[in-house]
Amino acid sequence: MTANVVSSALPLQAILVSALLPLVLVALGRVPNWREGASLLAGCLKLWLVVKMLPAVRDGQLLEYVLAEPVAGVPLVLRVDGMGLLFALVASSLWIVTTVYAIGYMRGAKEKSQTRFFVFFAFSLSATLGVAFSGNLLTLYVFYELLSMATYPLVTHHQDANARAGGRKYLTYLLATSVGFVLPAMIFCYVRSGGQMDFAAAGFMAGKVNSTEALVLLLMFTFGFAKAGVMPFHGWLPGAMVAPTPVSALLHAVAVVKVGVFCVLRVFTGVLGVDMLKEFDLGIVVSFIAGFTIIVSSLIALSQDNLKRRLAFSTVGQLSYIILGASMLSPLALKGAMAHIAMHAFGKITLFFCAGAIYVATGKKYISHMTGIGYRMPITMICFLIGTMSVMGLPPTGGLISKWHLLLGAPESGRWWLMLFLAGSTLLNGAYLLPIVYSAFFKSGNYFGPDSERGEPPPACFWPLCLTAVASIVLFFAPNLIFQLASLVV
Amino acid sequence: MTLAQQAPALILLFPFFGALLTLLIGLYRRSWCWPATVAACAASALAAWSTVVQVAESSNALVTYRMAGWVPPVGIEFRVDALNAGVVFMIAMVSLLVAIFSRTVVINETAGKEHFFYTLFQMLIVGVLGIGLTGDAFNLYVFLEISSLSSYALIAMGRGRAAFSCFNYIMMGTIGASFYLLGVGYLYIKTGSLNMVDISRIMHEQDLFQTSTIHIGFLFILIGVWIKMAFFPLHRWLPNAYTFAPTATSALAAPIMTKVSIYVMIRYMYTVFDPNFVFGMGPRSDVVVWLAVIAMVVGSFYALAKRKLKMMLAYLVIAEVGYMVGGAWLANKTGLTGAIFHIMADGLMTAALFLSAGAIYYKRKSYNVTALKGMFQKMPFTMGAFALAALSMIGIPPTCGFFSKWYLISAGIEAGHYGFVGGLLFSSLVNAILFFRLLEYAYYGEVETPYVAAGKRGKKKGFREKSGRDEAPLSMLVPMWSASLGLVLLGFYSGEVIAFISRYVAEVQF
Repeated sequence: MTANVVSSALPLQAILVSALLPLVLVALGRVPNWREGASLLAGCLKLWLVVKMLPAVRDGQLLEYVLAEPVAGVPLVLRVDGMGLLFALVASSLWIVTTVYAIGYMRGAKEKSQTRFFVFFAFSLSATLGVAFSGNLLTLYVFYELLSMATYPLVTHHQDANARAGGRKYLTYLLATSVGFVLPAMIFCYVRSGGQMDFAAAGFMAGKVNSTEALVLLLMFTFGFAKAGVMPFHGWLPGAMVAPTPVSALLHAVAVVKVGVFCVLRVFTGVLGVDMLKEFDLGIVVSFIAGFTIIVSSLIALSQDNLKRRLAFSTVGQLSYIILGASMLSPLALKGAMAHIAMHAFGKITLFFCAGAIYVATGKKYISHMTGIGYRMPITMICFLIGTMSVMGLPPTGGLISKWHLLLGAPESGRWWLMLFLAGSTLLNGAYLLPIVYSAFFKSGNYFGPDSERGEPPPACFWPLCLTAVASIVLFFAPNLIFQLASLVV
Repeated sequence: MTLAQQAPALILLFPFFGALLTLLIGLYRRSWCWPATVAACAASALAAWSTVVQVAESSNALVTYRMAGWVPPVGIEFRVDALNAGVVFMIAMVSLLVAIFSRTVVINETAGKEHFFYTLFQMLIVGVLGIGLTGDAFNLYVFLEISSLSSYALIAMGRGRAAFSCFNYIMMGTIGASFYLLGVGYLYIKTGSLNMVDISRIMHEQDLFQTSTIHIGFLFILIGVWIKMAFFPLHRWLPNAYTFAPTATSALAAPIMTKVSIYVMIRYMYTVFDPNFVFGMGPRSDVVVWLAVIAMVVGSFYALAKRKLKMMLAYLVIAEVGYMVGGAWLANKTGLTGAIFHIMADGLMTAALFLSAGAIYYKRKSYNVTALKGMFQKMPFTMGAFALAALSMIGIPPTCGFFSKWYLISAGIEAGHYGFVGGLLFSSLVNAILFFRLLEYAYYGEVETPYVAAGKRGKKKGFREKSGRDEAPLSMLVPMWSASLGLVLLGFYSGEVIAFISRYVAEVQF
């Protein structure tokens, strides 16, 4: 990378804000209003710190902070580049929104152990930012594992049999793949590259492995970062839907899963290097895996009646869009893939917020029970429609912009037919999401109908989802910042 | 000579005189035994730290101390270099933590015998520290016997089948010590010296490496320390001995006794003998690494099959021994570094686990895994420390367990020994299953009320049901959390520790 490296403590501070927040939360545990106030304050502080990094990064600087050097030659280092900052911006801005939403949801649904919930939520955000800011593979792995650990108590929040099964699945998938695939692959890289693991523009492994080794490493990383949900290692995500909805919304539509694809993107761009993968023509292998995941997960989503599970399978498919974009190895598609991290985040979090709002307001979880719900909560369902459009990639939502780049990337990579995956999936997205909206507004069911009394969810649940829905539309008109940051890396 | 220069000897002398003093004090007032022990251990730890600093500051990373001023090889010499400084410091620290922890459990489990317990407790520490410090092969045997004899007595103070499992341990331990002594005898026959460095020098000068006496001597010493460290397949004595021992005994013996034997093995392999000799004889090193792999897999599996928390931990000790022996026998620098680092990391991990298990036993009077049900509500801080130590055992960064695994795995890849790499990964995953099963019990399980601790005649002696939170006393929580946070600190500062160890490793000629 030609960019000049500047030493700065900002990335560390941004991470520490939410890592130290739990101390305050535990101290204020008895006074919920103050506790939540502290959460919000920390959220704003964090966003401010992240935004403060923006000007320098836009000028092409890299902000660096060395934490420690546990392994010879491989320090734990935070280094902020365009892609990392883009992800950090998305995560930290949505954290504030989700905190507001979580207050409404957790109180509305009368969840227990709310202090523990907010404590681990803050930890998760720290780990997410840590991944975003990681300057080398080791740091990435450290924060990746921390994220798994920090989210486990959130997934299993209800502490019942379902939570136990979901939590078990969660850890089994995530730990088995990270320890079984990523760790050996990473150490192989360490040994082979002579102790050099910094992400480099051409990939630090470029020229150090032959094509077979590169293929094995690529597959080990792609499957190993199972948070990316590439089939057949996607099973944890629907299982993790036992968590309270704010967790599903922020973590399993934004933070955790995006950390997975972010790691895969880093492997493509920083570890193995786009040029080397092109030389060995390995992108196509991952393209097929991702394409398969896109189509199959959409088909599975069609058959799900639990709304959150349907959204989960939709997420699995959307994540593979990003992986597919990366595997096209073309600059346009890579930009599209990075932008899709942001665009999909806003669209999908809206959908999850709506699902949670419906649950808090009416206690309904199943799509078949939601027929006619548009009469009861029209604005919520309109936001749901906006989220749907964004996930499908229809104008005027941000989803179109990123999908557009992904589509254009296919011919640029010389394989125009990869577009078919995207096109087919768009139709399927419509097929499993639009009927929900249609039946909400134009049919009447057992529970809701034209004569239902109008009642939107509690304000703390309601306003966040409106906000994210509006943001999805705004991103259609103003995607500049996202692409500016994305093009810093490509 | 300033006091600091006496530090290597003081490490040992504090607990030694502490032991004598404790016995006398105990005759007068038994409640003073604990403060005396803690003071002795703290002073010893301080001296150990001072020694570490001296070693780090000295130009050749070596501090020697001649007992009573006698010149080696006639006199006994303490040699502290970058290899054993860290190990000795770890031992002193763990001893201190366990000593602080032991206050309530000793009163509880060995009532009326506190002064005997603490005397033996300190003698065990003296023995283990002595093994770590000495540069004399025969003196090492003496310390080996001091530590073994006191540990026999300490284990036999336990409950249930303690006496029988201790007898088993005595048999195996004596055989191991005899093997070691015979091995040293063979070396003495050939070289006429007992000082380790001197033996090495004479063997090199006279080119004795090809003689069968030396071969047999090496083999006997190896078998001796393998029995002492419970290396597969010589591990049978360990699980029962550690399970039925009193809480404070197992918490002290499990972290330090096996680890110091591994140190002895490394010392003999690399300082007394040299790698060309050790690895220069065909497939032998490969056989040992494979044995280590089996130890990891078998240890983990047995641990998984057990229903008793302490028994699980005891089998994990066996698995961890496999990590270190394997690392030391991979015949490359990374592996040796990883093995030495893991001695410290694993000592601290094992201590943290045994301490928190001890605290749970103290409150629940049962080691059965079902006694863990709902413990996150009842003893949140104890379980927090336990969870942190568990993460280190699994190898989750940034705990030190991850970094030692990092070095061991990269050594395996460097050596091309993928069986070892696979074994390590497999064992990590088994550990993950094992510990998350335990944590699940503690997290999801409902506290049984009224809770009946599994005893022979219904209710166990000394158990009182308390509703709501029922946390262990501060004298337990402080050492427990010190150990657990120490794991994270050791992880963060592993770079410094590794750089320190490398000063020893760099001199080894592979």
